[in-house]
Amino acid sequence: MKKLLILGATSGISQAYLNRVADQCEHIVLVARSAEKLALLSAHVSAISKATVTTLVVDLASTEEHQQLVENVVTAMGSIDCALVSYGVLTDQARCVNDPAYAMAQFNLNGTSTVSLSLNLANQLAKQGGGSLAVIGSVAGDRGRRSNYCYGAAKSAVDSFLAGLRSDMQKHKVHVLTVKPGFVDTPMTSDFKKGALWASADKVAADIDTAIIKKKSVLYTPWFWRYIMLIIKSIPEFIFKKLPL
Amino acid sequence: MERFARLVAAYFIMNDSWGNLSKATQAQSNLVWRSDSLPAMQNKLVVGNRRSYGDVCVNDGGTIFDATGLNKFISFDKATGVVRCEAGVTLWQLAKIAVPHGWFLPVTPGTGFVTIAGAVANDVHGKNHHVAGSFGCYVKRFELRRSNGEVLICSETEHTDFFAATIGGLGLTGFIAWVEIALKPLHHSLMAVESVSYSSYKEFLTLSAESEKTHEYCVSWIDCLSDAGQGVFFRANHAQEGGLGNNFNTSKRRVPAFVGAGFPLVNRLSVKLFNAAYIRAHSGDKQYTETIAKFFYPLDSVLNWNRIYGRKGFYQFQCVVPFESAEVLSEMLARIAASNQGSFLSVLKTMGSIKSPALLSFCRPGVTLALDFPNRGDKTKQLIATLEKITVAAGGAIYPAKDAMMSSETFEKSFPKLTEFVKFIDPEFSSSFWRRVRA
Repeated sequence: MKKLLILGATSGISQAYLNRVADQCEHIVLVARSAEKLALLSAHVSAISKATVTTLVVDLASTEEHQQLVENVVTAMGSIDCALVSYGVLTDQARCVNDPAYAMAQFNLNGTSTVSLSLNLANQLAKQGGGSLAVIGSVAGDRGRRSNYCYGAAKSAVDSFLAGLRSDMQKHKVHVLTVKPGFVDTPMTSDFKKGALWASADKVAADIDTAIIKKKSVLYTPWFWRYIMLIIKSIPEFIFKKLPL
Repeated sequence: MERFARLVAAYFIMNDSWGNLSKATQAQSNLVWRSDSLPAMQNKLVVGNRRSYGDVCVNDGGTIFDATGLNKFISFDKATGVVRCEAGVTLWQLAKIAVPHGWFLPVTPGTGFVTIAGAVANDVHGKNHHVAGSFGCYVKRFELRRSNGEVLICSETEHTDFFAATIGGLGLTGFIAWVEIALKPLHHSLMAVESVSYSSYKEFLTLSAESEKTHEYCVSWIDCLSDAGQGVFFRANHAQEGGLGNNFNTSKRRVPAFVGAGFPLVNRLSVKLFNAAYIRAHSGDKQYTETIAKFFYPLDSVLNWNRIYGRKGFYQFQCVVPFESAEVLSEMLARIAASNQGSFLSVLKTMGSIKSPALLSFCRPGVTLALDFPNRGDKTKQLIATLEKITVAAGGAIYPAKDAMMSSETFEKSFPKLTEFVKFIDPEFSSSFWRRVRA
């Protein structure tokens, strides 16, 4: 992987992934909303690697900017070997129920905008004749649960979309990876009490790195989430709807 | 069920400090961006990876701000070896980045999990103290944020008073946001090591005096069960060949949770067996090469080795006594052997005369002894108190980063610049250690 693009570069998972792979890259483009944080991150990546680092300040929630963004990335770097889409906000489920406008804004950010961005990126990779697209979904997208179905629904949309995209992009030699992390200890989840099922961002980043190299399709990280979600998905609905999950 | 919950908890809950002696009641917040500021509140402390053994990184009843998320580099001049990074960057992380470019830490303690700001705040030392001095000697500048809103860039020429107070200042002078240090050139990343066994403390002193002239790194393991003070002396230099291969990608193992939850591995029999085997393994003097990671951080490959002491945790005692009264260490060693309370890890080394800029540096010329003692209650406390008394009488000092017990009198006696230091404490900062030694 020579030319790396990170969308949502200031997220905990993105940073852990950068720490792991930056020294193998020639050119890295970092995209995020905050110019200030991007500057800190860019200096860090320059110090720990030989890569040329370009930063682009973009609010990824605005889908109308996506096409231009991808063009700007290509102008900066020439082409893209690997793109990691790793941004999002953990939705406040309780607020969603009373505030549909908030719920929709959240859905647009975590779902619609990710779909739009993935499509733009996949088209670019197809045009180049290959590359890897890794997108962070969530185990929450596997089944709508009482406690966070607004977030889950958005991630579920991303999941279905990527499954189709992966198949569609086969002919263009574009590798599409859906990453489904469980609980990850990052700034996004700083208010949670951490327990047995929590993983570090570094562990998740290591798994993503391996999955990209091995061209995996769907990555549950840590691995045990595949089985936890298998159980959750197989509970009959008439029981499931009564469970406080 | 409760036991099961405890097992699970033991696996995942972070220790308040490495010695794992007690559970503090303290609020915790995580720092992630250097642009974040600390809220105004009384009784706070910024902590790193909490590898201090006792309570310098604990703030029972207060709030701790975990700075391990501040783990970014700010700049690294690969031509001059000057590196500036955020408080939470660990020495392992730093060495891993620096070594392939031909740079290494000028001073490193025995674990790479220490954060750079932690290394400053405790003015840590390493196996090369006799020729290099302490970590503080290589600090070029750092940013200190005070609760009154002041942001001080401290160096040997700017805010020199805060510079001297913050190095070795146990995190009490404010929030160290970033640190800039001068690395040292490295030509080959292997270490040429020699081990020599010795049969008495006296022999150790001769060996030490001799080896310091020829070897950059000297340290020795001592058999805490032998009253004569037998042990193995290790001396090393950076290798003259082999290149700069990166040897920091070692795999890590864990001590399983059930050990930490109630099945300690350290007992009289296991220590006896281990020490005998260790002496036997090193009976012939040997020469060999090993990687930097293995030489400097032998225990880092077992992630939570402190679990071998079980749920009650352990004390570490580290003192330094001046060369003039170095013979008191034979008395200490005899008492430790008689008590039968020691563990596998006992270290003896000499410290040189290079002065640290720190007001409260533990490092001073003399002989330093460090040992682990599994927590066996009053019996252990009594032994440590005796060792503390001998140290003070000999004009020595106890290392705050390791300590969980020393009295305020001991602290005052062994840190003569304490009254000067106190003026620089941030009024909103405190720690369990500080309240204990000032009580």
